[in-house]
Amino acid sequence: MSNPKSRTVEIRLPSVMGYEKVAMSTAASLAKLRGFPEDRIEDLKTAVAEACINAIEHGNRMNEKLSIGVVISAGDDELEVKVIDDGKGMNKQMAKPDIDKKMHGEEDPRGMGMFLIQALVDEAEWVAGTNGKSSYVRLVIRLDKEAE
Amino acid sequence: MQSETKSHVEQTASPAGQPVSVIRFEGDISSTSKEAVLGTYQALPKATTKLILLDFTKVDYINSSGIALIIQLLIEAKTTGQKVLAFGLSPHFVKVFTMVGITKYAGLFPNQAEAMAAL
Repeated sequence: MSNPKSRTVEIRLPSVMGYEKVAMSTAASLAKLRGFPEDRIEDLKTAVAEACINAIEHGNRMNEKLSIGVVISAGDDELEVKVIDDGKGMNKQMAKPDIDKKMHGEEDPRGMGMFLIQALVDEAEWVAGTNGKSSYVRLVIRLDKEAE
Repeated sequence: MQSETKSHVEQTASPAGQPVSVIRFEGDISSTSKEAVLGTYQALPKATTKLILLDFTKVDYINSSGIALIIQLLIEAKTTGQKVLAFGLSPHFVKVFTMVGITKYAGLFPNQAEAMAAL
């Protein structure tokens, strides 16, 4: 994202469920401005929403005194989103949900957020912050997925 | 902040004349939608409700917590011996539901007519 043509938008959200939609809408608006097709924008919206939900629920543990930061940077052909919280970070990547196990009560029906993020964007990485704070998830979605 | 999920039930009949309960959702489906999703489903009489359609036509946003509620509904329906089909999802959420495997337990259809024809 060192491209001089990149454009960056930063927002801060309260750690309250529902505010993920503000980040989702902002990311979608920026992607639309940059000419991303509708299906990629929908992928981005879900990934950003799930990243914010994780930050609110697991990172900041629903502490309304803490906020989450969302930094959206648009390059010529890709868009990068960082969602930053005050948690210790995710130390493992979520396995693909097993619907059979969920249906038989052997797996929690929840816990699909990280899987959806990984499945819907081109790059996803979880970075633990120093001193157990300012951890973030970084997502990258490309304009033309086939061009990878 | 979470927008309210609305839901209501309409009764109709399958092409074979069997009663069908259509649960129509409106708004977002998220962690705050438990009553609208599970509450509405659980209020259906189990003895006489064997065919259920879930209408997502007026749903714009579903997050992973909302998907978990749909899975909980499907778990209860499976235990009760009910058949559940869904229709009206956007192409994106058809993709998401397929990714998480819901299609194995609930057929997805573009609209009510096609869902009814599959009963």
